[in-house]
Amino acid sequence: MPIITASKTQPSYDVIVVGSGAAGGQTAYTLTMEGAKVLMLEAGRSYDPVRETPMFNTPDQAPLRGSNTPDKYFGYYDSTASGGWDIPGEPYTSASNEIEKQFWWWRARMLGGRSNHWGRISLRNGNYDFKPKSRDGLGFDWPLNYEDVAPYYDKVEMLIGVYGTNEGLENTPNSSPGVLLPAPKLRANELLAQKHAKKIGVPVIPIHRAVLSTKQDADNVPQKLHPKNAKAQRILAQAMRERSACFWATDCGRGCSIKANYQSTTVHLPPALATGNLDIVTNAMVREVTLDDNGKATGVICIDKTTGTLHHFKARVVVLAPSSAESVRILLNSKSARFPQGVANSSGLVGKYIMDTVGGGLGGQVPLLESLPLHNEDGAGGSHAYVPWWLYQEQKAGKLDFPRGYHIEFGGGRMMPNSNTATNIDRFTQGSYGKEFKADARRYYGSMVGFAGRGEMIPNDDSFCELDPTVKDKWGTPVLKFHWKWSDYELKQVEHMQRTFTAILESMGGKASRPVAPGIKNIEPGGKIIHEVGGTIMGTTARNSVTNQWGQTWDVKNLFITDGGPFVSNADKNPTLTIMALAWRASDYILGELSRGNI
Amino acid sequence: MNPTDPIAIDRRMAIKWLFAAASSLTLMDKLHAGDEAPLPQFEAGGYGLDSNLLKTYKPGEVWPLILTPTQRRATIALCDIIIPADNHSPSASSVGVQDFINEWVSAPYSWVGSPNSNHAEAKDVILYGLDWIDSESKRRFGASFADLISSQQHAICDDICYTATAKPEFKKAATFFSKFRNLTAGGFYTTPVGMKDIGYVGNIPLASFDGPPPEVLKKLGLA
Repeated sequence: MPIITASKTQPSYDVIVVGSGAAGGQTAYTLTMEGAKVLMLEAGRSYDPVRETPMFNTPDQAPLRGSNTPDKYFGYYDSTASGGWDIPGEPYTSASNEIEKQFWWWRARMLGGRSNHWGRISLRNGNYDFKPKSRDGLGFDWPLNYEDVAPYYDKVEMLIGVYGTNEGLENTPNSSPGVLLPAPKLRANELLAQKHAKKIGVPVIPIHRAVLSTKQDADNVPQKLHPKNAKAQRILAQAMRERSACFWATDCGRGCSIKANYQSTTVHLPPALATGNLDIVTNAMVREVTLDDNGKATGVICIDKTTGTLHHFKARVVVLAPSSAESVRILLNSKSARFPQGVANSSGLVGKYIMDTVGGGLGGQVPLLESLPLHNEDGAGGSHAYVPWWLYQEQKAGKLDFPRGYHIEFGGGRMMPNSNTATNIDRFTQGSYGKEFKADARRYYGSMVGFAGRGEMIPNDDSFCELDPTVKDKWGTPVLKFHWKWSDYELKQVEHMQRTFTAILESMGGKASRPVAPGIKNIEPGGKIIHEVGGTIMGTTARNSVTNQWGQTWDVKNLFITDGGPFVSNADKNPTLTIMALAWRASDYILGELSRGNI
Repeated sequence: MNPTDPIAIDRRMAIKWLFAAASSLTLMDKLHAGDEAPLPQFEAGGYGLDSNLLKTYKPGEVWPLILTPTQRRATIALCDIIIPADNHSPSASSVGVQDFINEWVSAPYSWVGSPNSNHAEAKDVILYGLDWIDSESKRRFGASFADLISSQQHAICDDICYTATAKPEFKKAATFFSKFRNLTAGGFYTTPVGMKDIGYVGNIPLASFDGPPPEVLKKLGLA
């Protein structure tokens, strides 16, 4: 990956993009393919999945059989490098000592950011999701409609490659014809759940994930994405041909050396670099946005993390895409006489209404899945099926004790053994050991099924972040302090999730591993699902929001935010696809405003 | 790796930076130790946040191993009581599971496997059990566990193999055995022979994914 040093940068660019993940990658892709000169700044190290991904490595080659540890929270082979909940020299703080009021902040300090390890689950927000307040009076409506975003969902799905099916279910939008790649066949446990959950009214359908189940159509897709732009078409066609289809092995969380799944480093950055319009500087930690006397952004000040030196990079437009909370931090640290509370913060809303996904889980054992004939269930390195939220009508009729929905993700099957394989099966085996234990291990392997609920949180006044008045990072920049609170809405939802999981397990002839726990015991900590959005919400006026529908800050017209910060709600649909669709849309707007001379 | 390789340089810089950061972090912690909540912190002594994922590691390579020769003998004997050779696969010790357990007991982390676990406590359970099983062997049969004949070893293990039914005087040892069996299983089934034994047939590239074969669908009532 060609990366330049700070000393090799140009005196000025059209656009500076802060961050290189899904948001920064999409923004830089759209801008450079249409001819803008872009400087991308990444706070972490350079990273090349083609050369660094442990594709077929087995746990016995790793320390501790690849177990999760404080250094590698998601296991040794998780692709996250130089990142995690806690990064040396880059602390954040919590306003409360109570566990349930703490927020966990995952940062991946590497090129491509969190797009390298994410689950690749790519679900569209529907009509309801953009107008939630109009439906139930809670939270906020978005200043745009599904129809505004739909063409960009199509474009992103065609660019990154998403498998799945169109099922036409309520608030679960179809993609345009020809956009999706074929869905892989369901695994044994997914098929079993599909058959039996139907009896209790729960629909199990193919999930949408950003994995190439077949090669992309490099002959036709580029001209659909870049009409009248021969150079962009040529570059994209070449980039698409360099991606292989999935070979149905290895977990996507490791990254993908054959470029079969989406990560910014294999999909967005190679074509963007091929245009010749993109420079990337890594280990460049942006501290603040600089302004001229007229209040227009002139660029950013960043710290070279390897030397501690400060650099001032300049551009006509600054786009923040370093993750929602990092954008907040940069804005709040950009103080001036004009913006004493931080740039673009005349509303006082920067840092407010941060949201994560509501996470709850429960697993169990299904006797029908014991001792199955040997077969390969690796599949697409992630789930093939899921349950979209299905109780819209019951909710509307007032039959549920919580607002908004959740979808259900599956785990299980005959996956590659890890350090938990055949552990804690005493309750089935009465403590066998010896040859008997080996037979039991064979019998129970693949018969455990886990369900994870991923639900929508309602934004609240008690969940926000601000600058810590005393704590600074190792370069002397003030850090974020998080305030967090779940409301009864989320806790009730997590209890409903567990009741559903128990019912699905029982429908399959299985049994849950434990009774339903109170919501506060089962809910994952805030931030833990790593779907944090909000903090720079978009809206219709400079009083009620930080940006407009294009992520353009009301206060500084050449300053944009294209990460999850402008989200005003956090539908149960995983946010990454929507972040990319909105980043593409914002980038089109930036290109238009630049050519019209408005910014 | 080529020394002029840009990635190699980045790695070295990253490691250098990690060490440099460790001292300032301690200062940071003190700064807000009083009124701030203790969020999980970076831990020293492990492989760090950015280790080489392509390399093959051996126990003892990253942190020193702490089991004594006596504890190691008991470990090997226990591994093979739990996972002996059968007509599917060899014994746990023949594929080095005892070295994994030693690595695990020696790990410098506050938790391993699950953040809800307490590694110091879990490690104490294992060390307690390894010593207990030798003293129990000497008390009952006059020799270390590793030197007992199979029927004697089974006599002890039968008393501690299931926490739910173990007699009160064996509860603590049963907790140990349960944990030790987990480690032995996790260590064994993650090796190539263990994976084959348990029936994992993946981790190979395929031209297509065809879903479960007909005999699986039939067994599940899905055919």
